[in-house]
Amino acid sequence: MDNVVFISMLVLGALGLVSAIILYFVARKFKVFEDPKIDEVEAVLPNANCGGCGYPGCRPFAEVTTKKAKEDKSLDDLLCPVGGNDVMKMIADIHGLSIQERDPMIAVVRCNGTFAHSPEKVKFEGVTSCSFADALFAGEGGCQYGCLGLGDCVDACGFDAINMDAETGLPVVNDKCTACGACVIACPRDIIELREKGPKDKRIFVSCVNKDKGATAIKNCDVACIGCGKCEKVCEFDAITISNFLSYIDFDKCRLCRKCVEVCPTNSIWEVNFKPRKPRPEKAVKPKQNSVNVATATLITSQKIVSGTKNTERSNIDKSEN
Amino acid sequence: MGFLKTFVLGGIHPPENKLSAGKPIRSLSVPVQVVVPMGQNLGAPSKPVVKRGDKVKTGQLIAEAGGFISSNVHSPVSGTIFKIDNMMDASGFRRPAFIIKVEGDEWMDGIDNTETFVKDVTLSSEEIIAKVKNAGIVGMGGATFPTHVKLMVPPGRNAEYLIINGVECEPYLTADHQLMLEKGPEIVVGTKILMKALKVNRAVIGIENNKPDAIKLMRDLTAEEEGIVVQPLKVKYPQGGEKQLIKAVTNREVPSGKLPIEVGCVVQNVGTAFAVYEAVTKNKPLIERVVTVTGKALENPSNLRVRIGTPVRALVDEAGGFPDDTGKIIGGGPMMGKALATLDVPVVKGTSGILLQREEAAHRPVEGPCIRCSKCTQVCPMGLEPFLLSRLARVGNYEAAEGEGVMDCIECGSCQYTCPAKIPLLDYLRLGKNKVGVLIRARTKR
Amino acid sequence: MLTISGSPHLHGDNSTKKIMYGVVTAMLPAMVVAIWYFGLGALEIIVLSVGFSLFFEWLIQKYLIKGPLTITDGSAMVTGILLAFNVPSNLPWWMIIIGALVAIGIGKMSFGGLGKNIFNPALVSRVFLLVSFPVAMTSWPKPSPITKTLVDTITGPTPLGFVKEGLGAGKTLAELSQHLPGYGQQLMGQMGGSLGEVSALALIIGGIYMLWKKIITWEIPVSVLVTVFVFSGILWQIDPLHYTNPVFNLLTGGIMLGAIFMATDMVTSPMTRGGQLLFGFGIGLITMLIRVWGAYPEGVSFAILLMNSVVPLINKGFKPKRFGTVKMAA
Repeated sequence: MDNVVFISMLVLGALGLVSAIILYFVARKFKVFEDPKIDEVEAVLPNANCGGCGYPGCRPFAEVTTKKAKEDKSLDDLLCPVGGNDVMKMIADIHGLSIQERDPMIAVVRCNGTFAHSPEKVKFEGVTSCSFADALFAGEGGCQYGCLGLGDCVDACGFDAINMDAETGLPVVNDKCTACGACVIACPRDIIELREKGPKDKRIFVSCVNKDKGATAIKNCDVACIGCGKCEKVCEFDAITISNFLSYIDFDKCRLCRKCVEVCPTNSIWEVNFKPRKPRPEKAVKPKQNSVNVATATLITSQKIVSGTKNTERSNIDKSEN
Repeated sequence: MGFLKTFVLGGIHPPENKLSAGKPIRSLSVPVQVVVPMGQNLGAPSKPVVKRGDKVKTGQLIAEAGGFISSNVHSPVSGTIFKIDNMMDASGFRRPAFIIKVEGDEWMDGIDNTETFVKDVTLSSEEIIAKVKNAGIVGMGGATFPTHVKLMVPPGRNAEYLIINGVECEPYLTADHQLMLEKGPEIVVGTKILMKALKVNRAVIGIENNKPDAIKLMRDLTAEEEGIVVQPLKVKYPQGGEKQLIKAVTNREVPSGKLPIEVGCVVQNVGTAFAVYEAVTKNKPLIERVVTVTGKALENPSNLRVRIGTPVRALVDEAGGFPDDTGKIIGGGPMMGKALATLDVPVVKGTSGILLQREEAAHRPVEGPCIRCSKCTQVCPMGLEPFLLSRLARVGNYEAAEGEGVMDCIECGSCQYTCPAKIPLLDYLRLGKNKVGVLIRARTKR
Repeated sequence: MLTISGSPHLHGDNSTKKIMYGVVTAMLPAMVVAIWYFGLGALEIIVLSVGFSLFFEWLIQKYLIKGPLTITDGSAMVTGILLAFNVPSNLPWWMIIIGALVAIGIGKMSFGGLGKNIFNPALVSRVFLLVSFPVAMTSWPKPSPITKTLVDTITGPTPLGFVKEGLGAGKTLAELSQHLPGYGQQLMGQMGGSLGEVSALALIIGGIYMLWKKIITWEIPVSVLVTVFVFSGILWQIDPLHYTNPVFNLLTGGIMLGAIFMATDMVTSPMTRGGQLLFGFGIGLITMLIRVWGAYPEGVSFAILLMNSVVPLINKGFKPKRFGTVKMAA
């Protein structure tokens, strides 16, 4: 009996020993060398695997940065939009390099065709998917460039940074936006654009992408850009160009002087996070409805005045809807 | 009747509701203004050859083919080019179009605009194809594929059969049926011209069994003709689909992702055959077509011959005016047609019908959960599994949807029609096709 | 305002509701037979089972899932009737309530409701009751037409149970068969058994109705019954003294009920013809394996549940024939 116990112990022990030796050599033989920096970089990345950097996920991005750092000694054409400058700096530190600071970006919804501004002319029934509806018809409001309001961008967002406003029927970007660009790709009508956040989050942009002639555009939506060119003329920095009856503000050239906002006849240029201007005696008639971004204002608590304006705007819409 | 030919897989039989059956084709008077879109065919839009302010005559070329798969566009009226602008077409989008103010009705020289019947054609295959190309003829069943491209058999392929599609399986529509009854001899000549162009000696005219008068007439007319057979078919939707019709008539299956010529077949609609007859014997370009205007609330559902570019509103007025309780305007038949946002869109080469649905019929039924009854799979004429594909599209697994054959879907809508849970299966399938198309394009680009 | 939607713009008049109430209609003959033979006890079971199935579905949808209420779609009613069909008529009333809770709560709602369950809810419940209350679930009242008695007094085994017990005790079929009901009685339902399973005739009438209404297709019932027939036929040919004959196997026990009403449940059966045939074959085979060599005299419910579990696999393996995928011979 003792013998049996002894033999089994011996056999099992020997088996274990032989396996261990084999394993050891196999591990040595097939070892894949991996730069430990890849792991380090991966550790500082957000690990959301959003693909905003242009690579399939955070690990591949870490591999690319490590490779680039080794070969080119520069990380300039790489950016983790989610992590922004902070994360890029940490990555650079790991590799002993420095980076160019970049201005933070944010997704901007360039359409203001709310239910009030672009009343629905037909009713859509079917799958709530913009890509499907885009192929089917122009849109409930009749604008073939405008937001369909079915929320493909919301589905695409991995950061809970964009959601649909039930009252306006438009998506709203909030502070969690990391400018990963997923919504930009998801939008079948190229309405969402990544723009620089701007100093103190102040920015000016044309909230319209309608390329129709003015008369057609305004027929479907009363805040459409009609391509009148007033903003182009008033701009002192050549930041505004007009093509296809549509104005576009170059955020690199824009100095945030806000002159274009004042001259826009259809209120399609938006200023975001500015203090409301003092009413001028000679021009105090027109209340600027577009003086606030409903979008970013929601979560910026410091901008109390702005939020106040937002609420009035919202209630205006309410009334016009009812 | 015995055992009738039809396609094998799937198929449904929705209520036919051919309200305008037997109504003679009436010509609608030329409107005061027409809107002629430049892109009226599948493929590249055409390029304009006239400018604003130019005087044009009826039948004059105003835009030429803008690519290999593209077609000419002719002025359907005589008058002045008032504007070249983006105008809303049946798709609901504003696209480039000619707006022509009508002045009189002066035809181009060389066009025979009489009813005289020409029987004999002595042209060669190349000459016929050139004439068809010049006349800007596209598939009139609704797909609007340029006809001359179909007639040019690619090298290495051999056409054996010409199939003339007189199936008209869509409910409500009667335009093709009525055309066969009234223009039978012309269609037969058109068929012979097409046979000559394709250099085939066999042609089959497929007609569903719910049109016995058309079958009888066409049989009588082709009794003397060598090689032309009239094939009655069992009533089953979507038999008018190219692949289904080929299967029904010849029992050949067009391989997935391939064209009918792969199995030696070319399918042309009866409307196309008639247009070819007019183009070849009378030099008349495609500037008018027969449109069924129908709907349960319409006073007088009709078959109308209208000029291309006529606003849909004029057609509806002719058929008794726009009923108040209309909930949906459909360009085409109820199964595959497109919902229109307004009556102010022009009739184009591919408009086979205008259907007005009542408010109560216009809405989608409430969607319920899938009970996995597999009815969609049973009716799919392409042998797909719509429930599975729609689920894959819904969760965004487009790669898997591609593997399950979503691109084979012909969008006939049989699955959605049949679904007891009223799931918008075709919506999801279209979404899947959209996205898979993007994937495929991205792949081929790389 | 005009509506815009994708084609098709027509919808058939078929609906989930229509299908479910069609199944209920198809079950009426069997229900009548059950009440005829088992008296008010059967009626009480059916009413309790249906009532509480609906009640639990409503309760769960309203307070747990907080989703839309769908108790009117008829699916809970079908489950309730099927559950009642699967129990003896003298089952204590509280057991059937527990059964309804298990069927709806565990069998159906825990998966997410109609269309999402893997297993047939009524069978989940039946098996649950069978293993929890084996005595109550296997004491079968002797059927006697409603006119003679209103209370269940005499109980006896089902023919299958009787045969199994007898064979186990070493008797031969020849001895046993004298005590068995004749084929006519089996067809009409004059034998011990669950409420709904006794009359093969009534079930077949229901099945034909469902085939006519295109609620079910022929593949599953036929393949189940053919498999049972062939399998038992082979055994019977080999040794008619110890194996029961195929007709007896078809007419007794729950095979008819299972093949016609429970295996054909759309939610838990395969989607394609080939898959359905395999599914039916599997049910028939497992049923016979349990009947002949298993511990239980009857195995239909286990067979269906086992095959339910492989339905997703079957669906993966059996795809419909796609158009244009076969090389042309021409």
